[in-house]
Amino acid sequence: MSDAAAVTDAIVAPTRRPHLVRRVLRRPVALTATLVVVAFVVIALGAPYWAPYDPIKTDYRAIRKAPSAVHLLGTDEVGRDVLSRLIWGARASLLAGAVPVTIALLVSLPLGLLSGCAGGWLDGLIMRVTDAMLAIPFLIVAIALAAFLGPSLINAMLAIGIAALPTFLRLARGTALALTTEEFVVSAQALGCSRLRVAVRHVLPNMLPPLLIQSSLTVAAAIIAEASLSFLGLGQQPPAPSWGSMLNAAQRYLSQAPWIALYPGLMIFIVVMALNVVGDGLRDALDPRVR
Amino acid sequence: MPLALYIARRVAVLVPTLFLVSVLIFSLQKLLPGDAALALAGEEHDPVAVAAIRAKYHLDRPAPVQYAIWMGKVLRGDLGESLRNRIPVTELLAAKLPVTVELAIGSMLIALAIGIPAGVISAARRGTVIDATANLVALSGLSVPHFWLGIMLILLFAVRLGWLPASGYVPPWEDLRRNLTTILLPSIVLGTGVAGVMMRHTRGAMLETLGADYVRTARAKSVPERLVVLKHAFRNALIPVITLGAIEFGRLLSGAVLTEQIFAIPGFGKMLVDGVFNRDYAVVQGVVLVSAGLYVLLNLMADVLYFLANPRLRGS
Repeated sequence: MSDAAAVTDAIVAPTRRPHLVRRVLRRPVALTATLVVVAFVVIALGAPYWAPYDPIKTDYRAIRKAPSAVHLLGTDEVGRDVLSRLIWGARASLLAGAVPVTIALLVSLPLGLLSGCAGGWLDGLIMRVTDAMLAIPFLIVAIALAAFLGPSLINAMLAIGIAALPTFLRLARGTALALTTEEFVVSAQALGCSRLRVAVRHVLPNMLPPLLIQSSLTVAAAIIAEASLSFLGLGQQPPAPSWGSMLNAAQRYLSQAPWIALYPGLMIFIVVMALNVVGDGLRDALDPRVR
Repeated sequence: MPLALYIARRVAVLVPTLFLVSVLIFSLQKLLPGDAALALAGEEHDPVAVAAIRAKYHLDRPAPVQYAIWMGKVLRGDLGESLRNRIPVTELLAAKLPVTVELAIGSMLIALAIGIPAGVISAARRGTVIDATANLVALSGLSVPHFWLGIMLILLFAVRLGWLPASGYVPPWEDLRRNLTTILLPSIVLGTGVAGVMMRHTRGAMLETLGADYVRTARAKSVPERLVVLKHAFRNALIPVITLGAIEFGRLLSGAVLTEQIFAIPGFGKMLVDGVFNRDYAVVQGVVLVSAGLYVLLNLMADVLYFLANPRLRGS
């Protein structure tokens, strides 16, 4: 979340949209990262098709087997195929990345627009609550909420979404506020557009670029947060696989079966790194000062 | 503006923020599904126990009254007691906090030792292979899930090589050498993430100062490049980096939750997790409240440092 301030700076000037994708993809690093993210989504969506075994079927004749031709990445402490659990676990991560960001966007766009364009006591109230939420560190909010809501993947996603909300709200409101002084907004007002029309047609579309950057970075943070909550037992419940809960079980068999611990973390690392690179690439492409 | 006035203004803004923080933390217990008294009474739901708990925690009173009673106690330094072992939460906090502070200092030292030189070198060598490598390493530090990095380091240094203990904690006054060996791996784990942040910000600040007029003037006077980078550019780039350091330190104090869990270090984060698992809600609220307070305090310190380090602000 520490990049939020930098994103606030990433300015709101109108961009020529058709070139955005090409600008990001022109860099080989960003292109590779985008392909990794696409591969991750494809693996998660097609999990039943790719997975060689049933991810929750235990096999007591194959407990903690090292990687081999039969089980490419070995088996875990109750004989489940690690590769299959990794592939199905991608679904929990994909959901955990997408759902909280969607929640944060759906709440912060209208509220930020209202707060930034209307001002007054409502703006003051929304901002004070945002400040208060920002005072509690992200993961602590997520853990406390997940603990009080009860352990499940849905509650974990809800908790992460709420924890991510204040950063989005502050960004959306700041962007909207900055836009209201832009010449094209002032001229729309001068031409007699209603306040609603100015807000929805002129301000709202231009709020999207910085929120898009923030979203890509938050998907990465949310995937780590879900893995953290599942690692603590507050997210995905067994026997359903999640990369975080796989790591929890793996820690107990570190000396006998290190492969159980290696791959889930490696997957998180690769996906999160790719998402961060895409986020950086988007920022470079959208920020007129860097261009 | 004099420093005292500046601090007074910042504190005046903090009061409503902290009030709302306390309301949010108080509201957490309202999220408990069903009757909080039933949840607190445990499995048996003994009606006598439930009634006693309801009276003890004033659950029969309206929510604003409950908040006022709770806040009154918090202001007098009473955070309630742990349901598990009847020890006052403040006492538990006082025992756990020094451990976490030590871990945060260790992590910060590692982060500064790696992050700042890497940021300076990569800015001075912008666009070279060194710059690209440093950026990649910093990004890896930001992206790696720390609890997994912890597990991997345990696997390598404790299980395979046997150089360091896998987990546990020894207080420094008992045995300083063993204390340092227990704190080293978790400090590396937490330090790498912060090092990534520090490197990126140092690099950004350096690029800005290296492009400034006074640096161009220094170069025109043929001041040696080494001096230009280290004296003219670096000193000025340090201002935002110091501020960031204070904020990151605040994040470290509360960000060690999983790392403490993995290395079985009896600090703040482990207290939170234990509280969560024991359904010990007074402990959870206490940890969240204190970590928010510390975070706010360190942010205030960051602002004050920035104010002190930047003479231009004092003039306005």
